[in-house]
Amino acid sequence: MIDVAIFLSLLISGYLFGQFFERRHYRSIIEREKNTLHIPLLTLKTTPSGLKRCDAALVTGNVVVSVDYFKRFLAGLRAIVGGRVKSYESLVDRARREAILRMKEQAIDQGAVVVTNVRIETSSISKGQGNAIGSIEVLAYGTAISPYRP
Amino acid sequence: MIITNVETIPGKTVSRHFGLVQGNTIRAKHVGRDIMASLKNIFGGELTGYTELLSESRDEATDRMVAQAEALGANAILNVRFSTSSVTQGAAELYAYGTAVLLE
Repeated sequence: MIDVAIFLSLLISGYLFGQFFERRHYRSIIEREKNTLHIPLLTLKTTPSGLKRCDAALVTGNVVVSVDYFKRFLAGLRAIVGGRVKSYESLVDRARREAILRMKEQAIDQGAVVVTNVRIETSSISKGQGNAIGSIEVLAYGTAISPYRP
Repeated sequence: MIITNVETIPGKTVSRHFGLVQGNTIRAKHVGRDIMASLKNIFGGELTGYTELLSESRDEATDRMVAQAEALGANAILNVRFSTSSVTQGAAELYAYGTAVLLE
């Protein structure tokens, strides 16, 4: 009986807090994406033509996020019947956008005009830890190009 | 030291190649962070402790790569790549590699 009570309270608190944190995070992501729109991101290896001389520096952004108890439960159910695991899609999406934003903010701090050769890498850092799955790391990195300063 | 992940920098030419330089580090997280992380596993959200840990470790891997390049006499590292792998339970390897060159 007590087990069921603990399980249910974990499920409910996971749902409530998870939803709350996710909404708040999405609001902040959308707000910051609007503020950083003026810096284009390119995945091309070459620097844009027209730039004669410029400074280049590596910029990175990383984030580790964890899934909540409720979503993990949903994913467990989904694994029985198969199909799209929507609850994890939003987790990965959030992490990726956050990492890109952090990279962009670092580039803006350096006075960059464009970030080229953006690469995004996702890795699960708690792999093989029994039921502790669900935290992923996203790293975004690229080269910030800024006007030449002697 | 210029570190970038592109192959050329406008206005500068590569005058000498020194080949591959690399740096790695393996870090384990400590128990305090693990407890916080297990709480976050219920509520979801960012694991700030881990984010910091990984970015510190990545800086260290980069520093080692830079030290290697400096020892060779390079002034830039081009085409830098990062990779992360979990080696064993609770420990992650951060690896950075690139090509050391002399830019003019």
